[in-house]
Amino acid sequence: MDHEAAKAIGAGIAVIALAGVGIGIGNIFSSLVTSVARNPSARDQVFGLGILGFALTEAVALFALLIAFLILFT
Amino acid sequence: MAAGEASIDALGQFKLHTVLGPIGASVNFTQSNLLMVVASALVLALLYFGARPRAIVPGRLQAAAELSYDFIYNLVSEQIGHEGRRFFPFVFTLFFFILFGNLLGLLPFSFTYTSHIAVTASLAILVIVLVTIVALSIHGLHFFSYFWPAGAPIALAPIIVPVEVISYLSRPVSLSIRLFANMVAGHVMFEVFATFMVMMAGAGIVGYVGAVGPLVMNVIMMGFELLVAALQAYVFAVLTCIYLHDAVHLH
Repeated sequence: MDHEAAKAIGAGIAVIALAGVGIGIGNIFSSLVTSVARNPSARDQVFGLGILGFALTEAVALFALLIAFLILFT
Repeated sequence: MAAGEASIDALGQFKLHTVLGPIGASVNFTQSNLLMVVASALVLALLYFGARPRAIVPGRLQAAAELSYDFIYNLVSEQIGHEGRRFFPFVFTLFFFILFGNLLGLLPFSFTYTSHIAVTASLAILVIVLVTIVALSIHGLHFFSYFWPAGAPIALAPIIVPVEVISYLSRPVSLSIRLFANMVAGHVMFEVFATFMVMMAGAGIVGYVGAVGPLVMNVIMMGFELLVAALQAYVFAVLTCIYLHDAVHLH
């Protein structure tokens, strides 16, 4: 197989991890909406937690993206 | 890059080069070090000029200084508790060093020092060494019970203890890679979309119209990166507080 083609395929495979991250972030925000709808007065506390969870989950996406970049550009 | 030359040099922006002429070259003073000095000077200036008027009704600068003080103070006392106040200067310094580094990196022709794993890893190692020293000095050898959850069956010890030790040692790894990967990924995305713009403009009059797409994308990305810059500094500070809480209270 061509070297460049193999690189492109590898980078594509590396970002499959984003499927899991999508499920995770969707879960976080669906729970956030549910909990704010149930108890609107807790919004401030729950929102901070939700953003923290979002940032931690998003980091996983960036690990995968970084691997893809490393495969493509180095 | 000349228009139409289709090659994406995404990682070139992270190359270090010395600044300040021959004096900088002789001591290897790179643009990364220069930006660190600038960021530290800006934080000091914010606090110095913000705290100087001591007005009852604060002006804009004083309000910014007081808000940032309150923000970290609340974070520390919420996460660590009453004993956590002596760690306040450490968390404050860490948060603002990372925040200003991330934000300064978004300026044109600037450089993000948090996009180098050497910088983030040294910050993370500093945090983990401090946490271990604090835990050892407060609890003595009792600290090692941290790796053994109370009430677990003794037969599981060969599995639980290594898992707990590995999860403790992997903290600085995840802490440093999270910040570094966020910054690198953001700046690589800028570079990739900017290169799309140049590539499209090389395709003639139709390309000029098409090049608006990546331009809009880059503007949106800039807003997102401002959010990420603040968020990652916050996450770093919060995780430092959580680790310090574990060290002070053990579980």
